Amino acid sequence: MAALRQPRTGGLLVLAAIIAVLPFLLPNAYYFDVVILVGINALVVVGLNLLIGYAGQISLGHAGFFGLGAYASAVLPARFDIPPLAALVLGAIGVGLLAVVIGRPILRLKGHYLAVATLGMGLLIFMLLSNEQDLTGGPDGMAVQRLTILGYKLHGVHTWYWIVGGALLTGTWLALNLIDSPTGRALRALHDSEIAAQVNGVDVVRHKLTVFVISAVFASLAGSLSAHYSGFITPNSAGFLHSIELVTMVVLGGMGSTFGGIVGAAVLTALPQFLTVFHEYEHAALGLIMMVCMIYLRDGLLPSLRQRLHWRRS
Amino acid sequence: MTLLRVEEMSIEFGGVHAIEDLSFVIEPGAIHSIIGPNGAGKTTLFNLITGLYRASRGRIMFEDRDIGGQPPHRLARLGLSRTFQNLQIFFRMTAIENVMVGRHLHESRNVLAHLLRLPAVVRQNQRTSAKARELLDFVGLADDADVAAGAMPYGALKRLEIARALAVEPKMLLLDEPAAGCNPVETQEIDHLIQQIAKTGVTVVLVEHDMRLVMNVSTHILVLDAGRKLAEGSAAEVRANPAVIAAYLGAQGQRELARAQG
Repeated sequence: MAALRQPRTGGLLVLAAIIAVLPFLLPNAYYFDVVILVGINALVVVGLNLLIGYAGQISLGHAGFFGLGAYASAVLPARFDIPPLAALVLGAIGVGLLAVVIGRPILRLKGHYLAVATLGMGLLIFMLLSNEQDLTGGPDGMAVQRLTILGYKLHGVHTWYWIVGGALLTGTWLALNLIDSPTGRALRALHDSEIAAQVNGVDVVRHKLTVFVISAVFASLAGSLSAHYSGFITPNSAGFLHSIELVTMVVLGGMGSTFGGIVGAAVLTALPQFLTVFHEYEHAALGLIMMVCMIYLRDGLLPSLRQRLHWRRS
Repeated sequence: MTLLRVEEMSIEFGGVHAIEDLSFVIEPGAIHSIIGPNGAGKTTLFNLITGLYRASRGRIMFEDRDIGGQPPHRLARLGLSRTFQNLQIFFRMTAIENVMVGRHLHESRNVLAHLLRLPAVVRQNQRTSAKARELLDFVGLADDADVAAGAMPYGALKRLEIARALAVEPKMLLLDEPAAGCNPVETQEIDHLIQQIAKTGVTVVLVEHDMRLVMNVSTHILVLDAGRKLAEGSAAEVRANPAVIAAYLGAQGQRELARAQG
């Protein structure tokens, strides 16, 4: 019973239960579509939260990794006859290697400087995907083949619901494992004091690079899933706005709270869909909700609400 | 064998000589204090020894190995650990997690195993946590293990830093003003703690302004003034040294006298 009350085990069980029960509550395919988009964004956010929330390093370019994963899944099967599943894996490996190459020089930067450097990285990837017309179809985007596993073509929102749900649950499990390990403690330590982490034996440069690569691979895999699910991609998936959305999900949901990030992804993905009732004021309503949340729930939705519950109980 | 040997070391910051032509040795098993007025270069010396600064001239030998230019995390592996004058606590972590970070070098660093939470990682977490609890107990913080470090009082955080530094299992522990801001009772506890640590065979290097503490625990004292060595020896020798009395103890005594007379 004690294990259930731990955020780790308890949280994973709650997430699994939500994923298992949700299909029975969703009335039609439109809702499935929204929830699948939530799951894909949440997968990126769980990885990004390791970088931003736990290690305290900012990235304004993670949509670039998402886009590269998506385009790997689109381009490699279409132009080079590589099976989609292999393309997904190759994309993730390629993005991981790219993150090592880019991360090495820019992770020496801190705060605003790191923000601008990662922003530049995202813009470069976006330009590359837009300009390589022959390969990517340019700004108009390109169609993506269906994902086939063992000769079985995956299609339909129900199938994709379980794929994305399983991926999110696995990703969350991996992230929670990492946090409760020597690597996770080192990341949280360097967030608070790099100097103290160093004199305690933590190789700060290596750990920043490790978490940067892990978060990039999460984004790449989510990008691949997104491409195969929607069947069509444009360079906008790698764009600046998408990067900002992802960071906003982390901050709104709760930096340094894996489940908070998932809540943030759910709110920011689903809310715009339901705010359409405000017609032309939907963006204003979304902006207002975000501002009010940040003013009154500064630690993020989930951590702030949890604190309030604790406070009431005691 | 000499544990630490500093040879003709200098460092400047924008033309100001923070440490100038300094040589001294630290023998294993000693409680070696470094004293001197504010700005004498004590913390700079700590930062040089622990690899946070790089000397412009001179050599630092640890166990007869030149450690100049090595990054701090490498020096930690060789057996150097320290605390900070201005606390460097991991405030978002609990007390026990702070100490667990100190065990970093004694844990496996296989990221893939960490991601998959292999049984070995779970067992290792348990060992690390048990060792951290032991150390919290040693510094008198056993009851605060699961308290967020950000919520702990100043005196407790001073001891938490010591526990974290001990978790590294250093050969040499550098304490930068461990009693600063502590009341007399807490200072006495620190005094006791330092002697306990020395008894376990760890060489302690101490920077401290509390003269009663320094004179009481030190086996050897190095006096710095304006980045240079002013005197060196046992507590009795340093206390009797006219240069020390004039430049340091005397000056402070005169100031205190002036303040007392209002």
